[in-house]
Amino acid sequence: MKRIVIALVFFAVLITAWQFAFNARIWSPVLVPSPKAVALYLWDYTFNPGSALKPNPNQWQLFFAIGITLKRLLAGYAIGLAVGLPLGLLTARFRPVRDTLGVLALGLQGLPSVCWVPLALLWFGQTEGAMLFVVVMGTLWSVVLATETGVRNVNPIYVRAARTMGSRWLHIWLKVIMPASLPFIVSGMKQGWAFAWRSLMAAEIFVSILTGFGLGQMLHYGRELNAMDQVIGIMVVIVLIGLLADKVLFSPWENFLHRRWGTSK
Amino acid sequence: MTLQQELAVTPSAKLAVRNVSKTFRTNRGSVHALDRVTLNVSDGEFVCLVGPSGCGKSTLLNIIAGLETPDEGEVLTDGEPIRGPGRDRMVMFQEAALFPWLDVFDNVMFGLRLKPGLTKAEREEVAHYYLKLVGLERFAQANIHELSGGMKQRVTLARAMAPNPRVLLMDEPFAALDALTREQLYGDLQRIWEERQKTIVFVTHNVREAACLGNRVALFSPHPGRIREEFKIPLPRPRDINSVDLAEHATEIMRALKGHLRATEVQE
Repeated sequence: MKRIVIALVFFAVLITAWQFAFNARIWSPVLVPSPKAVALYLWDYTFNPGSALKPNPNQWQLFFAIGITLKRLLAGYAIGLAVGLPLGLLTARFRPVRDTLGVLALGLQGLPSVCWVPLALLWFGQTEGAMLFVVVMGTLWSVVLATETGVRNVNPIYVRAARTMGSRWLHIWLKVIMPASLPFIVSGMKQGWAFAWRSLMAAEIFVSILTGFGLGQMLHYGRELNAMDQVIGIMVVIVLIGLLADKVLFSPWENFLHRRWGTSK
Repeated sequence: MTLQQELAVTPSAKLAVRNVSKTFRTNRGSVHALDRVTLNVSDGEFVCLVGPSGCGKSTLLNIIAGLETPDEGEVLTDGEPIRGPGRDRMVMFQEAALFPWLDVFDNVMFGLRLKPGLTKAEREEVAHYYLKLVGLERFAQANIHELSGGMKQRVTLARAMAPNPRVLLMDEPFAALDALTREQLYGDLQRIWEERQKTIVFVTHNVREAACLGNRVALFSPHPGRIREEFKIPLPRPRDINSVDLAEHATEIMRALKGHLRATEVQE
């Protein structure tokens, strides 16, 4: 409870400082809109029904954009995980794979995912495929590397103990090596999620297509229209989604790991 | 298989180690870990392998477990040569090799789940039986990190016993424990050994521990690893590690061990 109060006070102070900066007119209101303008924008693009005479055409727009963005994100992330986990296992298990694919993964992980956008545009054009490709490339390599690290850090004594109890190949992988490397895999999945999110925003800003307006595109058009309230409003939404994803997707896993492994809490 | 059969005291196995040699190649040259080692263990016997670290006794244990293969020679259980690890020979490792992602109960269940011919309810009953045998039935749902060192090794013992192996191989299981906990476990292990009648091969570098636990103590010396001498310990059980009779046996073994070490040094 005390922690919630502290957090609330912190954000209240932050918004108040913003309001003061706005009131002081240090910068043009075009560049720094008031908190109220941003809140109004968010209200307008979500629940505001408008009046009976003049219904709000933008009602629910933000939710549609969030839906489109999350659909792209989850699809790319799922593919990244589904390909990255097995590749990571192979990389950890076989030295030739580590010397080839492992090095490639390390190199490509260092490549900022926005760098994939020009290539994706030329290969796939202004399509969903281009965006999916960028997200997958952003996710894949960090998942591969985290899985590899996790597997290689498994204490060999676990495998030996399992073998004496009659565990063999697939059973060892599924019941010993995978759970033993779970702490690394979860942090890799978390990192992969962060990278997927970044790549998708980059892709949406650069790839403007007609199959759906995502958050990144709304951000982009906010700039085109000089609508600073839209730019900041969308940024706030992106931050909130990131926080929410952390709480919903990863906190339960991390709590489980802390409880079972007895690591710090 | 019924639960009664599963929990019944089954005959333990004879072990025969014949002329086993093993050499490891490392970056700094090769290590002759075992040199034509021969050891016979009769069924239900408690044999301790004692020697300084690096004398190959753990290697021998791993070979009996089937985790490593000898360069030469063979190991037989009841006349059958060993091919790989098997449920008839369970190992209890030095550091707690318990799985931190499972609770105490599921750790004990791990080997049982892999044993065919039992229903789920029967497996769970067997697991509870062994947790009770080591005095930890109240901790079935506990996480591994919540246990003390002694409790961890009790769980390891329960996990190794649960599939009802015929041979129990123990690799310095009590080395990391404090003296008081260790003494308790000496008592427990002797009680469990008499109750369940397993053949036990117990590796240690603690001479007194070997004299306390074994019917027989085999003395190893390093470079290359060989069994130099064997001692019978005819003391009644349960034995107290602090008893004077036991100390006499331990002193005799220690004296022999030092003699062999000196002889090896002179050769080199």
